[in-house]
Amino acid sequence: MAKHKTPLLDQLETGPWPSFVSDLKQEAIKRAKNEKGLELQIPVDVVEDLLGVLELSYKHGRTHWKHGGIVGVFGYGGGVIGRYNDQPTMFPGVAHFHTVRVAQPGGKFYSTEYLRQLCNLWDLRGSGITNMHGSTGDIILIGTTTPQLEEIFFEMSHNMNQDLGGSGSNLRTPADCIGQARCEFACYDTQDLCYNLTMEYQDELHRPAFPYKFKFKFDGCPNCCVASIARADMSFIGGWKDDIRIDAEAVKAYVGGEIKPNGGAHAGRDWGKFDIQKEVIGLCPTGCMKYENNKLTINNRECTRCMHCINAMPRALRIGKETGLSILVGAKAPILDGAQMGSLLVPFVEVNPDDDYQAIKKVVESVWDWWMEDGKNRERLGELIKRQGFQKMLEATGIKPVPQHVKEPRSNPYIFWKEEEVEGGWERDIDAFRKDHLR
Amino acid sequence: MEQAEAQEKIVEALKLKLKTKSKFYFNDLSGILDMKPREAKKYINKMVEDGILEYWSSGSTSMYGLPGTGKQAGAENED
Repeated sequence: MAKHKTPLLDQLETGPWPSFVSDLKQEAIKRAKNEKGLELQIPVDVVEDLLGVLELSYKHGRTHWKHGGIVGVFGYGGGVIGRYNDQPTMFPGVAHFHTVRVAQPGGKFYSTEYLRQLCNLWDLRGSGITNMHGSTGDIILIGTTTPQLEEIFFEMSHNMNQDLGGSGSNLRTPADCIGQARCEFACYDTQDLCYNLTMEYQDELHRPAFPYKFKFKFDGCPNCCVASIARADMSFIGGWKDDIRIDAEAVKAYVGGEIKPNGGAHAGRDWGKFDIQKEVIGLCPTGCMKYENNKLTINNRECTRCMHCINAMPRALRIGKETGLSILVGAKAPILDGAQMGSLLVPFVEVNPDDDYQAIKKVVESVWDWWMEDGKNRERLGELIKRQGFQKMLEATGIKPVPQHVKEPRSNPYIFWKEEEVEGGWERDIDAFRKDHLR
Repeated sequence: MEQAEAQEKIVEALKLKLKTKSKFYFNDLSGILDMKPREAKKYINKMVEDGILEYWSSGSTSMYGLPGTGKQAGAENED
């Protein structure tokens, strides 16, 4: 029988979707049975008490968690988040219920052996509850006590070759897409760049000195599978400079129905014959494609790399050969001041592992220098850009304005001329002007 | 600036403010040292390593304080 009655939580299980309440109840039973005979290092009824306090929070309409704490592992200012309950007598199992953030592997490539190791560790020294993955992308282990923290960290760092992730005013755990390991759309090696920057910026990851959180995300192409454009303070999105490669024979095969569009996705129902005009040409956002006399042509100068045509006909169309990435800045979720999408800072940069990605690191560090000095406490980069202006960031980073920086020509430009940049300045001979322009 | 001098400045300034607050943003500390953030970070990291300062984190924001100060350390039996 359950330790606490949970009538409100029970209602959540009645919907048609999978319920986290059912998962928690299942975990509570598993811990109580302890079939493996583990010497559980935190209270056996931790999950029961978690259900109890959650029920109470629903009943009161208020949280019973206090805000933050001083716990951590030696030398690290992130990766552990102190969580304490304000009803420790009623729910002793969750009096301490700290969160541990763990850096996920690049592209989330797991082995079953690694996952078993991780779960065994967390069953022994934590609640057994995991969040795979948090919105930052990392592994989140929910619920342990203070004495277990160093033990968990020792086990991870010595026996699992595993580091903690970022939390607080740190560089957060960088996240990348699966990249060139499995995806032919990837324009650069996301995992290599992600790993390189993670190692380069260890101090920023583990020792907080930023005004607030800062997220890197790496997308190999504009499909943006890790949603960097919406969620990362600095997103690295793959792209190409030259032309989309067209295989004319494969285009014909798509039109003739020999190859299924969209890689065979949406195959659960009959959508009718593939219509290249309606499904590809007509959906091109810049109207830069034509299909005439059984021949597909693309005006690549007008292409915005939206990826739709490549997604629809991946055997016929391929990314260009001159690949690199674009850097966007300032995206964030709506905690303060509303959600923001990333703004384009560097339209195209070659990705060069041979020089240790120096061009990219130069941009990263100049942005950080500006934000660390001018950012207010708890101000994200995107909010600083809004407050001081995109142009101020260009000055701070030494990046020259280019047409791609202008958001909406003639209505809301980011870039304004300064007097010293204009021939003759702002002063003019009004009499000379009036000769050609009557009042 | 020597590490000892930086430490003295920080401890003195933080103790003066203890009546009103016990947790400080990184920018408060770099302001006390009158240094750019990157330069100040070297001194502040060392102070954490030496146990002169300790981290506090809400999960989203990090702050610094003198060990054992503030209400929370006592309340959670973490001091």
